[in-house]
Amino acid sequence: MSDETQTAPVVGEIVPAPPREQAIAAFKTEPPRYAGGSRVPGWDDPVDLTKDPATIPDPATTEVPAELRAEIEDLMTRYPDPKSASIPALAAAQRLHGWCSPQAIEQVACVMRVTPGYLVAVASFYDMLDTKPVGRCRVYVCTNISCSLNGADALLDAVKGELREGDDIHARGFECLGACDIAPMASIDGVYVGPIALDEVPTLVDQIRKGEDPLPDKQLNKRRSVDPEANG
Amino acid sequence: MSTHLLFKNIDEAGLATLDVYVQRGGYENLKKALAMPPEGVVEELLQSNVRGRGGAGFQMGKKLSFLPKGAMDKYVVCNADESEPGTFKDRELMQKNPHLLIEGILIAGYAAQATKSFIFIRGEYAEQAEILEAAVAEAKAAGFVGENILGSGHTQDLWVHRGAGAYICGEETGLLDSLEGRRGNPRLKPPFPANQGLYQGPTLINNVETLATAPVIIDMGGAEYAKLGTETSTGTKLVSVSGNVKNPGNFEIELGMKSRDIIEGLAGGTPDGTKIKFWFPGGSSSPVLLPEDLDLAYDFDTMAKAGSMLGSGAIIVVDDTNSVVDVALKLAKFYKHESCGKCSPCREGTNWTVKMLQRIEEGLATPMDLDILASVQEQIIGNCLCVLGDAMAMPLGSMVAKFREEFEEHIEGARARNPYPEEAAA
Repeated sequence: MSDETQTAPVVGEIVPAPPREQAIAAFKTEPPRYAGGSRVPGWDDPVDLTKDPATIPDPATTEVPAELRAEIEDLMTRYPDPKSASIPALAAAQRLHGWCSPQAIEQVACVMRVTPGYLVAVASFYDMLDTKPVGRCRVYVCTNISCSLNGADALLDAVKGELREGDDIHARGFECLGACDIAPMASIDGVYVGPIALDEVPTLVDQIRKGEDPLPDKQLNKRRSVDPEANG
Repeated sequence: MSTHLLFKNIDEAGLATLDVYVQRGGYENLKKALAMPPEGVVEELLQSNVRGRGGAGFQMGKKLSFLPKGAMDKYVVCNADESEPGTFKDRELMQKNPHLLIEGILIAGYAAQATKSFIFIRGEYAEQAEILEAAVAEAKAAGFVGENILGSGHTQDLWVHRGAGAYICGEETGLLDSLEGRRGNPRLKPPFPANQGLYQGPTLINNVETLATAPVIIDMGGAEYAKLGTETSTGTKLVSVSGNVKNPGNFEIELGMKSRDIIEGLAGGTPDGTKIKFWFPGGSSSPVLLPEDLDLAYDFDTMAKAGSMLGSGAIIVVDDTNSVVDVALKLAKFYKHESCGKCSPCREGTNWTVKMLQRIEEGLATPMDLDILASVQEQIIGNCLCVLGDAMAMPLGSMVAKFREEFEEHIEGARARNPYPEEAAA
C-alpha cells in the first residue's frame, strides 16, 4: 500500500498500523506458547519443587522488635480467634519495615504462630499491603468515577511527573477512596486532601518530600458540612 | 419538624468527644433501651420499618429478629468498609459524630444480646479510624462499653478493626472472612450471617448509617419514626452527591424527596453550559437513569420500579461532556480490579468486559460486539456467590441498552480512525 498508511492516526495506545501484507502475515501466525502450552509467559516460574514449605518461624532464632511484638500481642487479645489480627498485624509490620518484606512477614508469623505462607496469601489480597518494595510515603490518587469526571487522571500523571529519582514516595492510582465531595483528591499517608488543582501539584509533592503537612487548607478534616440545614 | 436526625448540628465543636455528646443528650437513648427488654427494642426497630442503608435495603428489625435466641456467643459487626464508588456518607458521620454510631452499636447489641462487637472500617479511612478508636476508649472509660453496662447486666465489648483496602470486604460475608484474618472471599449463602456468621456464631451486620439510626428510633419511638419518609421507605437518608455537580457533598433528606430537588436543588446541578446525560442513583453499582427520570421520588421502591436501585444513596451525576464509553470502561476496570476471583463468571466476566470495551475504544470492535458485551453481563447476573459481578453487569447492561447509538457511533468513529483493526489485533 501507499506511504500514507504508515502515518495513520493513533487511537488510544495502539501502535501505528503496520503495512497491510506484514499485518496480515502477523495475524495468521500462531501466538507464542509457553510452558505446558500456556499463552501466559512465566506462569510456572515460582514453582520450586525441591524446596520444603516454610514452617512457623522458631521464636528462639527469629528476632522480633519488642514494640512490634507488643503491638501484635495486644491486637491478638481483641479477638476470640487470634488469627483475626493478621491484617492489623501486617499493617503494623509494614509501618515498621516500609513494606511486607520477607523479614516483616517472618516476624509477624513468629508472633502469631502461623506460617509465612498464610500471611503472604493474606497480604497479597489487599491493596494497602505491599508485597514488593515501594516508597515509604504512600500517595493514593483516587481515579474512580467521580474523581475521574473531575480530572483525576491528569492529577495522577501530574503527581507522577513531579517525582524525582531518589524520592521515597509511592504514588499510585487507587480505587474510590470515599471522598468524592473533594474530587479530584489524594490520600497522603491517610490524610485526605482535595480538590487539588493541577498548579498545586508541585507544592504538594514538595511538601510530601519534606514531610510537611500537605496543603493544610485543603484537608478534608477541616471541611464543614455542605448540607444547608445540617447546622441550622 | 426538622428532617435532620443524623446530621443535626453536625459541625458542633467537639462533637467527637464524649463530653459534648453527653451534653447534647447522648447515651440517654442507650439508657432508655437498656431499661426495656431486648424484645422491646427489636419491636421498636421493627415498627420503625427502617431499611438497611448499606445497599441491599433489607429491614433492620427483621434481620435482628432472625438471630437465634438463647445463651451463645453472638456478634454485632458494623460495616464501615464504605467502598462503593460515589459513597462517602459514613465517612462524614464517623468523623464528626462517632459516639452516635457507638451508641447505635450498643443498642443493637443489647437487642441481639450480643457480647462482642466490631467496627470494620476500611483501611483508607485512617483519620476516621483514629477518631473512632479515641471515642471507643472514652466510652469504655465512662462505662458505656464493657461489662455490666450501666448496671443493666448487659456485657458488650467493642473494637475498631481496620481493613487494608478491598472493595469486596464491603460484602457482608467477605467482610466476615476478612475480619477472621483471611482473604476477603465471600461465602456461600445460606447459612446467612444471622445464623452462622463471624466465627460461625450468629452475627448481626449493619451499615454505619443504619446502626447510627438506632438511637434516633429509640428516642422518637418506632411508630413515630415510621411517619417520616414514605410508607415502605421510612425515615431520613444521607445522600452523597458527586460527579459533575456544582456543590458535591452529603445531604440528609427525607426519603421520597424528588430526585431533581436533590441533584439540581441541594447539589446545585451540573456546571453551567452542560446538561445531565445520565446519573447513578445508588452508587456505581446501580443501573443508570436518564434526565427524564429526575422527577421520580428518591426512595427504595420508586428506584426499583424505575429499573435501578437506591443502593447506598450515592448519586453520581455525569454531564453531556463525557463519553458513555469512557465511563463504562472506568467502571469495568474497577470491578475487574476488585473481583476476588472466587467465582468464574465474575472473575472472567469482568476481565472480558474490560477487554471488549478496550476494543471498542481502540476501534477494533464491530456492532455485534455490543450484543456479546450485553450477553456477558447477563451470564454474570445471579451466577456468583456475591453481587460484585452483578454490580458491574447491571449498570453496564443499562448503559449499553440506553446508549446503544452512542456506543455504535463510537465504534464507527474509532474504526474510521484505525484502518486495519484485524491487523492491529494480531
